Amino acid sequence: MLSLIVFLPLAAAVALAAARGLPDAVARWAWLGVTGAELVLVGVLVAGYDTPADGGLAWEERLRWIPSVNSSYHVGVDGLSLPLVALTAVVFCACAGYSLKEGRRPRALAALFLFLQSTCMGLFAAQDLILFFLFFDLSIVGMYFAIAGWGHGGAARSALKFFLYTFLGSLALLVGFIGLYLAADPHTFDIPQLVAAAPLADDAVAGAWVLGAVLLGLAVKTPTVPFHTWLPPAHTDASAIGSAVLAGILLKMGTYGFVRIAMPAMPEAWQAWAWVILTVGVVSVLYGALVALAQSDVKRMIAYTSVNHMGYVLVAVGAAGLVAEGAEARELAVTGAVTQMVSHGLITAALFLLAGVLHDRTGSYAMADYGGLAAPAPRYAGFFAVAAFASLGLPGFSGFVAEFQIFAGSIGATWFAVLAVPGILVTAALFLRAYQRLFTGPTTGRAEGFPDLRPRELVPVGVLLLLSLLIGVLPWPLLDLIAPAAETVVGLVSR
Amino acid sequence: MHKEPLALLPEICLLAGAVATLLAGSFLPRERQWVARLVATAALVAAGVTAALALADPVRTVYGGTFAVDTATGAVRLVVAASTLLVIGLGVDELAGTRRESETYALLLLGALGASVMGSTTDLLVLAIAFLLGSIPLYGLVGMLRSPGAAEAALKTYLLGAFFGIVLLLGATVLYGLGGATAYTALAGGLGGVPVSALAVGLLGVLGGLMFKAGGVPGHFWVPDATQAAGTPAAAFLTTVPKIGALVAAYRLLTVLPPTADWTLLVAVLAAATMTLGNLAAFAQSDVRRLLGWSTVSQVGYLLMPVAVAGRGDEALPALLFYLAGYAVSNLAAFAVVAAVPGRRSLEDQRGLAAGSPWLAGALVISLLSLVGTPPTAVFVGKLSVFTAAWDGGLAWLVVVAAANTVASLFYYLRWIAPAFGRPEEGTGQGRPRRYAAVAAVLAAACVLGLGLAAGTVLPLLDGPLAG
Repeated sequence: MLSLIVFLPLAAAVALAAARGLPDAVARWAWLGVTGAELVLVGVLVAGYDTPADGGLAWEERLRWIPSVNSSYHVGVDGLSLPLVALTAVVFCACAGYSLKEGRRPRALAALFLFLQSTCMGLFAAQDLILFFLFFDLSIVGMYFAIAGWGHGGAARSALKFFLYTFLGSLALLVGFIGLYLAADPHTFDIPQLVAAAPLADDAVAGAWVLGAVLLGLAVKTPTVPFHTWLPPAHTDASAIGSAVLAGILLKMGTYGFVRIAMPAMPEAWQAWAWVILTVGVVSVLYGALVALAQSDVKRMIAYTSVNHMGYVLVAVGAAGLVAEGAEARELAVTGAVTQMVSHGLITAALFLLAGVLHDRTGSYAMADYGGLAAPAPRYAGFFAVAAFASLGLPGFSGFVAEFQIFAGSIGATWFAVLAVPGILVTAALFLRAYQRLFTGPTTGRAEGFPDLRPRELVPVGVLLLLSLLIGVLPWPLLDLIAPAAETVVGLVSR
Repeated sequence: MHKEPLALLPEICLLAGAVATLLAGSFLPRERQWVARLVATAALVAAGVTAALALADPVRTVYGGTFAVDTATGAVRLVVAASTLLVIGLGVDELAGTRRESETYALLLLGALGASVMGSTTDLLVLAIAFLLGSIPLYGLVGMLRSPGAAEAALKTYLLGAFFGIVLLLGATVLYGLGGATAYTALAGGLGGVPVSALAVGLLGVLGGLMFKAGGVPGHFWVPDATQAAGTPAAAFLTTVPKIGALVAAYRLLTVLPPTADWTLLVAVLAAATMTLGNLAAFAQSDVRRLLGWSTVSQVGYLLMPVAVAGRGDEALPALLFYLAGYAVSNLAAFAVVAAVPGRRSLEDQRGLAAGSPWLAGALVISLLSLVGTPPTAVFVGKLSVFTAAWDGGLAWLVVVAAANTVASLFYYLRWIAPAFGRPEEGTGQGRPRRYAAVAAVLAAACVLGLGLAAGTVLPLLDGPLAG
């Protein structure tokens, strides 16, 4: 079942890539059909999910792969990965819907994004370090082609920067994984086995180095300050759906790696690094927000808010390593962190799709080019307002649920986390300021005659925002899913 | 003296094939040289099949301990035969009907024979002979095109080869003088208490000669020139096959040396220097062949990592052999793409390759990403096992250097991939790609993926003891 979810998009991608001469419309609808099927399959997965006892995995599958290094094809989901698997299905389906009028090589685009979907699904399902790394690297390759092939402006340069940066991260990750493998006795790449063994527990020096390598790899991908410089150009020059997937899904790979691998497998080292991680998180929150405030380009601004939002996740997982405090607050923080990954995925994907509408219509992201958009495009203004408010953490949306838990949990663990709170204020200010400049006042510049949202743009964005609203109003189904897994992670990191 | 000609059947096939190809070529008119090609192909297939059959043989040495019959020998024979077959496949379009077609095939077979013997021998004297046997055809192959560039490259290769050949003989002489024997088993005992400085001189000499064949620092100078100036099949051959023999030979020699000379550090430094130099030099290249030439130099650096930890732990040898196999198919796939579109010599000429021939572009991406080490390709598994072996052998710093180098290498491989997927310029119709080479490229790329995905079945097969 899980393997089907992982490989169905890949099979469809191969079929689409091989079918030369397929009419464009057929390719686009086939893409939407496959992502829809994925959504249904993931729905079945979620419906059939029952939190496994003792922190185990559901829908587990394991096959021999490279037995000589004890690496197997091992997949499974739990409360940490299932929400992200569902998020992946939703965001990719929204992207397919958004692209129903795409005129630039739609068959190749569909094949590429289906391939990307496979890598994302595979990464979140992987329970083996080599499998994880495989999907991690392939997602970079796929995204490179998505930016270079369908981007605009200096796309080739941005794509190269993205590839070099994240590939550097992935190699640091590989070095860390090899360190973990060699430290385990018997040597293994299997994540549950490594978590059970916590191999570097009694070697503080080696543990610090190995975790340092893993952290570097994940921090580049997340991205945190100071490794975030690849993100703004990549987003600015990528297409709308490229940005949506990059921010909505690919960034989560970094933070997911923290809770899946780094925290449970290296608890001692994590505790030792907790303050560093917390500090980097606070800096990312503040720096991301302040730099976003200074942007004059809508897409660049949204990109920097991603740095800010991912910073909250870092604050939470950092605070989770402060074992001197009670477990309850830290569990709350980790639950908030995973909720934030889902929430940020939904909201940022919606925001990037909306920003893409600007470029589709007029070819510009510069705020100065617009003014008073609300008059010619009221629906667009309404959706952008909803997305902006969701992103700044207004109660009633998923962002609030996530950030509330993160702060309640982290501040419960250490007062130091309070320093990140002003980040919310700055985010609110920057979104309101951007909204004013774009939508209010007399209609000027490129805003004149701006066509309003069309159905194929409206529906995907609407669905993403509706889900965020749903999580905001009725958070318990998601929290019930995440909380037991968060409890397990905190238990493991406190060893 | 333990004589057993049947144990050398794959080598005999190659030798007989070379002679038969040469004879056939001498008596055939130019338009029927394909018969010579058929003879050469048959000889390679026979060598491969007999080598595969010999894998089941018990591990032993033959001819008085000068020649090992073990897993490493089997792997070398198979990879050499398969690589040479691919070289012929990618070169048919370029060679067919030329004046020196059959001579080229004969030289390829002799070069393959040299590499095969080099990787299998356990005796310094046979190693020296294998060096000459593998090098002399190489000089001919480099200069075969008879262009001014090819002549210069051939002369450079010849002078360096002659120099390093003498250095290798000198090293072998010193080791013989110290250890009182040339066979490795006897050397292992004889070198026990000898002065370290003398041992180091002998080792440096032999290792220097092997580095010339492998194309690693300090014997790498000929590689980029020869790769750029020689014909595409010759370039593909000389950047692939000689390395296979040389690196396994180095591994065999190092396992019998006493640890008194710190050869691990020496080889590790050579590895770091080779990969760094190869990568840095590849940055600025605009000719794809020269870029590939430098890229092969950097790959030798990674391949030297398991050699540096030879004999420590049982992961090093399978890692080396697997990386060699993966590297060989990846490199040949890239050369096959170059051979398929001979008009696109510079990186800028690659523009629009994907639009015109998507299969070829796919093969190019797979081969270059494999050379970078992206999963799920063959070199990724190779790199993974090589990194693991090196770290396990106590060379964690070398793993970090290699990882940093891998990132750096990405830069120039992407400089090639990016224009290939760019929009074609108007009026740059490059014509259709050559047929045989395109097929060879796709086939090799499929092997790259297959080898990577089937690593679980292949790796245990490579895990066997060395003979002697």
